[in-house]
Amino acid sequence: MTATTSVTGAPDTPPTTGPPKRRGGILSKIAAPYKQSHGVQRFMLVTGTAVSLIIVLLAIFAPLIAPFSFDTYQADGARFPTQGEPSDVNPWGTTVQGFDVMSRTIYGARTALEVLILAVVFSLAIGVPLGLISGYVGGWLDRIMVLIMDALFAFPYLLLAIVAAFLLTNTIDSGIVVTAIAITVVYVPQYFRVVRASTLSAREATYIEAARAMGAKPSTIIRKYLFGNVVQSVPVIATLNAADAILTLAGLGFLGLGIQPSEAAEWGYDLQRAIADAGAGIWWTALYPGLGIVLAVTALTLVGEGLNDVLNPTLRRRRIKRPVISSSAVGPASAPTTEREAG
Amino acid sequence: MADPVLSLRDLRIWYGAERGAVRAVDGVSLDLMPGETVGLVGESGCGKSTLGRGVLGLLPEGAGHAGEVSFKGRNLLDIKQRELRSMRGPELGMIFQEPMTRLNPLMRISDHFEEVLQIHEPKIGKKEARNRSMEALRGMGIPPTRYKQYPHEFSGGMRQRIMIALALVLRPAVVVADEPTTALDVLVEAQILRILADLRRNFDTALLLITHNLGIVAEACDRVAVMYAGRVVEQGPAYDVTTKPSHPYSRELLRSTISLSTTELHSIPGAPPDLVSPPPACRFHPRCPNAMAVCAQQWPPTEATSPGRRSECWLHATDRIPVGLEQPLQREALAASEEA
Amino acid sequence: MSAPVATQTLIEVRDLNVHFAINASFKARVTGRGGATVKAVDGVSFDLHEGEVLGLVGESGSGKTTLGRALLGLVRPTSGSVKLRGEELVGLPERDLRPKRRHLQMVFQDPHASLNPGMTLQTALAHPLQIHKLTSGDAETQAKVRETLELVGLFPTQRFSDSFPSDLSGGQKQRAAIARAIITGPDLVVADEPVSMLDMSVRAKILDLMIDLKERIGLTYVYVTHDLASAKFFCDRVAIMYLGRIVEIGTVDEIFNEPKHPYTQALIRAIPEPDPDKALPRDLPRGEIPDAARPPLGCSFHPRCPKAFNICGWEARDLQTMLESRWMDLGEDRYGEERPLVGDFSKLKSTEHDAFLPAGSGKDPGELLALLEKIRAEEPDEPMWTGVKEMHAEAHGVRVTFEPGIDPPLYETGGAKAACLLYKPD
Repeated sequence: MTATTSVTGAPDTPPTTGPPKRRGGILSKIAAPYKQSHGVQRFMLVTGTAVSLIIVLLAIFAPLIAPFSFDTYQADGARFPTQGEPSDVNPWGTTVQGFDVMSRTIYGARTALEVLILAVVFSLAIGVPLGLISGYVGGWLDRIMVLIMDALFAFPYLLLAIVAAFLLTNTIDSGIVVTAIAITVVYVPQYFRVVRASTLSAREATYIEAARAMGAKPSTIIRKYLFGNVVQSVPVIATLNAADAILTLAGLGFLGLGIQPSEAAEWGYDLQRAIADAGAGIWWTALYPGLGIVLAVTALTLVGEGLNDVLNPTLRRRRIKRPVISSSAVGPASAPTTEREAG
Repeated sequence: MADPVLSLRDLRIWYGAERGAVRAVDGVSLDLMPGETVGLVGESGCGKSTLGRGVLGLLPEGAGHAGEVSFKGRNLLDIKQRELRSMRGPELGMIFQEPMTRLNPLMRISDHFEEVLQIHEPKIGKKEARNRSMEALRGMGIPPTRYKQYPHEFSGGMRQRIMIALALVLRPAVVVADEPTTALDVLVEAQILRILADLRRNFDTALLLITHNLGIVAEACDRVAVMYAGRVVEQGPAYDVTTKPSHPYSRELLRSTISLSTTELHSIPGAPPDLVSPPPACRFHPRCPNAMAVCAQQWPPTEATSPGRRSECWLHATDRIPVGLEQPLQREALAASEEA
Repeated sequence: MSAPVATQTLIEVRDLNVHFAINASFKARVTGRGGATVKAVDGVSFDLHEGEVLGLVGESGSGKTTLGRALLGLVRPTSGSVKLRGEELVGLPERDLRPKRRHLQMVFQDPHASLNPGMTLQTALAHPLQIHKLTSGDAETQAKVRETLELVGLFPTQRFSDSFPSDLSGGQKQRAAIARAIITGPDLVVADEPVSMLDMSVRAKILDLMIDLKERIGLTYVYVTHDLASAKFFCDRVAIMYLGRIVEIGTVDEIFNEPKHPYTQALIRAIPEPDPDKALPRDLPRGEIPDAARPPLGCSFHPRCPKAFNICGWEARDLQTMLESRWMDLGEDRYGEERPLVGDFSKLKSTEHDAFLPAGSGKDPGELLALLEKIRAEEPDEPMWTGVKEMHAEAHGVRVTFEPGIDPPLYETGGAKAACLLYKPD
């Protein structure tokens, strides 16, 4: 059995070295981009993933890692100083409200992770099916959906998030959910667009028509034939959007919307409280939450761009060594000078 | 006999792939005489297109090469890219399968021609350029009234003829045509084949015609080279090869062609080999109905079976087969599913 | 091929039309009105008997693929009737059509694109069974898939059932696509160029498989192709299509031994044969398939037909074609003399059987008339002249009156039926 495809008429191309077959466990699927990447791409992917993992670990194990809880203002009966310099008790100092900066920064990662996971799940759950249906069904439904999504897309994203957060604050108790929904509203159009675009091109594929000829219902076609071939573009955009979402989350927090200070620690809120401190030479209250935002955004962007480079066929450049033609490996030359008349 | 305008000597072009080197062209020697049309046939994945592009010095990125492509006393594979580019057009031409992608949709046909002529022959006057272009188009059956039109106003067949005219307007010494009629209809294909057949009488251009259709070879070619797994296994006058093929592969390929006179279907078992690790010795031996023990062990010699014909097969050098290796090759039967 | 045994009619097609609207202009695209229609299938009628292989042969743009898809309801016919065993399929809503798909299946041209890249053969083949609920339980489904894989020659089946399409060669993929088509036990399989993307060495094997399956499980095929040679071998009857119409239909013997329609005759002679003693004839039809949105008047083949005569439907466009092809053959000098006499072709006006050819700016219409008369005298064999009734000079050009054309239906010819006025009964 050979891997050579044979299409008469198509130019003879070397056997394509596409991405490895999608099979085996989910682990090998996740590992695939790391194996395929090279050089700068690989550096981006690995660094981004490593930093992201550290932040995720910090978030999950925040109660174990952070010296105090995010809303602790005293230890052993002694109140922390307000705006206290880094000390043995409070290694990164304390805030204007007398909270421990280190604890708040670490708990901030937890908040960010919670909001991100919720927001991504919501966006996927809404954006992907809408994109699939809109793209496959087409017609008026598609036009209306595109109009709505484009209208959402046209809004400045922070404004949209503010409006959404503002409207929802009174109906939903959990600030985390409110913020996640506000972010979802901002990012759904992007998922919708990407999924709809790839659905539109996949819809024309012969195997979709074959499924129709088989007698499959539209819902079956969408589930069994389109979904698997369309979602491949989603991981990249999900990661890039996640990076963007951190900024939106911080922006909302900075404006005092969404998450209430009593509910969770939030980097954006902390930054806002630290504004006055910076002028007074109190650097630690702003530095650490700010660093948290920068690191998280950078890490996720690196992963997203790295994935894009590897998975996007238009950007992918294969790095393959130029083969060396060794004399031992070759057959004889069929030079006409060695002609010999056959008897 | 005249000197060949282009000659390949032991040309090898290997691609890099993740699994190893793909030996797309592996030791090909071939001559192109001025004004002759040589057909290059074989199944897909045999290296035909790679060879065709290699002849013009167009190598894919990351390809290794050895041997030579000598044109006017120079090895095209050693010439710098910049110089090679300036040779394309006046010396070397190429006709592709899909014409629409090669014409700029925003340029009139006249602009295409005048641009090409002015780049390569700066001294040419406007009137002269126009006359030359219209003459080339006339030869391809494009009426002069349509000289100022845009590519989208022409049908597929006409665009292909425009591409041929564009490749020929500079009267290059060598033209490679890669499946020029595959995308076209039967009647249009016949028109273009007739034009190509007329070319060899009217021009001095040597044409390398890559095709999978033996009917086209019989119709439009003077000589034919049959390619299998990166090697030319047989070459000779088109008439002789299509009537009395001497290599088992040519014979099987001819038999499996479905034509109007076909009364019984015939096919070659198996598939062309993976060019990363082709079979040892004769590359056709796993599929060859005439395979002998020697075919799997030693490279077949290239024998001249008649003047101007060469065939790379042990059947034509039976006197040199080592003793004991003449018996038919024992091998497992190929399952029906082991096919291309 | 042996002659078809007369059995009952499986499919009956009557006056089938498939028209597509093309909105060429911006206004038409915005308003959805006013665009032209392309008659991809234009009034096609034929019967298909059980166990028969019918070839639909034509060049690209002839409507053969659309006709094949319309039979299965994959393309909605505009009007007409397709009856499967007497049961009307045209006009059925998609929901009611879906269960019928079990009996009507399709094999596509491109084996690489017709299989879902994310499905193993096992899943891909099991799916039609699940859709039509033909098996009960996984074990039975699996057994049926195995059996079908074996039937199409993909064995050992355990190796193939778990492989993805990307693991297979072109021929193997087409076998898998055929397996998917036959697993529901269909009556009719429409095969759309099933071998044209495969290598010569494999084509025969796939055709062999299809013939084998026909005999073993009693299939009826519609074989859509542009390749007359394989149609001759594979089909019982052949319908030659041109611009949405069947121009000739008959048994393989009739079509290939005694082609009646000039188009069929040309097609058969235009196939390059691997026999070097048979050179291509030099008098093949000129030109190419016309724009389907503006088909020629009368017989749509008349502009290319070497045997066309007065009632074939001559019109203004033919005048332009004739002048252009003349100037192509003449040298630059004569072209330079004659071209200025004729005005802009885009101002060539046409009403019914009348054409107005404008004279070049500042030229006397009389000179133009003289030129046309000269051409007529020089090229009396040009078929267009048989259809020209009268030419006279007017204010700014020449008016040419043509013989009214007839749009030919399929005539009896004593062999195959042909849509050609040569066979028009008096």
